[in-house]
Amino acid sequence: MYMEFISKIKCNRSIMLLILFIVLIISICVFATIGTANISVSETVKIVISRLPYIGSYVDIDKIPQSHFIIILKVRLPRVLLGVLVGAALSSVGAAFQGMFKNPMADPYVIGISSGAALGASIIIISGLNISLLKLSSVSIGAFLGAMISTFIVYFISKIKNKVPINTLLLSGIAVGQLFTAIMSFLMVIHTKDVNKIIFWTLGSFSSKGWDELIPITVPVLFSIAVLNFFSRDLNVMLTGEESARSMGIEVERVKLTILVICAFMTAMVVSVSGIIGFVGLIIPHIIRLVIGPDHRILLPSSALVGGIFMIFADTIARTIISPTEVPVGIITAMFGAPFFLYLLLKKKKAYYSGVK
Amino acid sequence: MEMAIEVESLYFSYGDSLILRDINFKIKKGEFVSIIGPNGSGKSTLLKNMISIYKPNRGSIKIDGKEIREYKAKELAKKIAIVPQDTNIAYDFSVFDVVVMGRNPYLGRFQSESYKDFQIVEDSLKLTDTLYLKDKSINQISGGERQRVIIARALAQEPEIMLLDEPTSHLDINHQIEILSLLKKLNTEKSMTIIIVIHDINLAARYSSKMILLNKGEIISIGKPREVITYENIEMAYNLNVVITENLYTNSPYLIPLTSKKL
Repeated sequence: MYMEFISKIKCNRSIMLLILFIVLIISICVFATIGTANISVSETVKIVISRLPYIGSYVDIDKIPQSHFIIILKVRLPRVLLGVLVGAALSSVGAAFQGMFKNPMADPYVIGISSGAALGASIIIISGLNISLLKLSSVSIGAFLGAMISTFIVYFISKIKNKVPINTLLLSGIAVGQLFTAIMSFLMVIHTKDVNKIIFWTLGSFSSKGWDELIPITVPVLFSIAVLNFFSRDLNVMLTGEESARSMGIEVERVKLTILVICAFMTAMVVSVSGIIGFVGLIIPHIIRLVIGPDHRILLPSSALVGGIFMIFADTIARTIISPTEVPVGIITAMFGAPFFLYLLLKKKKAYYSGVK
Repeated sequence: MEMAIEVESLYFSYGDSLILRDINFKIKKGEFVSIIGPNGSGKSTLLKNMISIYKPNRGSIKIDGKEIREYKAKELAKKIAIVPQDTNIAYDFSVFDVVVMGRNPYLGRFQSESYKDFQIVEDSLKLTDTLYLKDKSINQISGGERQRVIIARALAQEPEIMLLDEPTSHLDINHQIEILSLLKKLNTEKSMTIIIVIHDINLAARYSSKMILLNKGEIISIGKPREVITYENIEMAYNLNVVITENLYTNSPYLIPLTSKKL
């Protein structure tokens, strides 16, 4: 009787991930199509397939105008893929941090990464420096360095002997974050002419982002997401308390450090190209948890997939809602994410009261 | 008789304050041991030293003949399981998922649970009479049920030794007896070594084969319940006037506290 029960769960999980993956692929095609130029979804699919090795030559692309090729391949597709990557990374980190900190308020920015990135970016914007590395803009590089520096500061402040107590980490993260934000605000007061640019950067946007931003971060981010998934059982066990986890054979401090390093690195990467997009990393993991439960083995991969889907949905709205003006995507993620989350929360609450779960 | 745990001249301190002083004792395999003592006497600290959550400043702890610091976390988890005092679990895991976590020491990073693991989990649930709870959320069951589930999780580790930190402190008398009887059953049927930290001296005396009385970080008495539960020992440790009689129904020493010596 048990084996059936278990194989059913495992089967359900694989089906769930497969469905989410298919939805992601469909979303990529649809959201890459939507926009001012009049392109159909089937054209988009044909254009993308025509560029794939082996099967590319079997698609009939004669009737598609050259301009559509340029719009899809040079503009929309890289932007959508970047959105997927950033959404997936932020949601994965959010899920991992919420588990590791045992705190539902945790998000990828909880240990001051965002403030560090914002300060780094503003310093570059204000100084007007323009050195690019690996085709990345100097603002990206400034943000990445800022994020890494703030994480290191927070980590070394919190470290006591060989341990990093979670509460100290959270508190020093908040304090360092506030300090960096204060410095940034101070810089903004002095250099009023750059305020607009800085504010737009901190709200996060994929506007005019493309292959140049996508290519350098793809492999590291995908690799980090994959590695994070191998720690899902450790995260599960650590939710029962660090001492319990230790007694169940988890090297708690080593796991914490590994997760911290992977997550900080991944967040710094995506923030450096997209700015600080809020809400995705906080809300998506909670939505998944409300729907399918807290087990990280399913929570982490589902969060990544749903985070990617949600991000390109939000970005499509951001670039079309008052087109040709683009709204920073961070505004859209909050405007759509928050009400949906509240709806789920209310529904769940009702279910608790009536005794059905 | 083989030794499960040997502790030799153990010292442990938090910063400057010495919590444990020159602790020496041996626990044979298959014993049922209670550690008693007033609040702040170092009971829980001793327990945490025995599972390597705390590292002693001096002295040695041997588990099954091998120094505790030479164990890897997973190796140690196969020998000793702990049922902590605080059994709260963040987020809504099902009872089944919680007990499956006990299999962690047997699984590699890239490995998932096999049929055998689930079989062991099922056996643990049956043994603790919690199988009917398997689909319930760990946060929606009663304190007594939760304690049994955490014991099931410890059992899933297939340990030789089980340590429990005040397993009965939040439970009513019915559930206290239920938990201790369950531990006795594991002790006799599976010859598992059981070590509990407990405040209820009478319950401890009734179920244990050996007792350790701690006071201010030192062992003041160790031995059979009758040897440990004496007027002198209790008076010294707890600063209390007591009467020690015999519980005729359970054939164990019975302590009745009278007045505090401070008043």
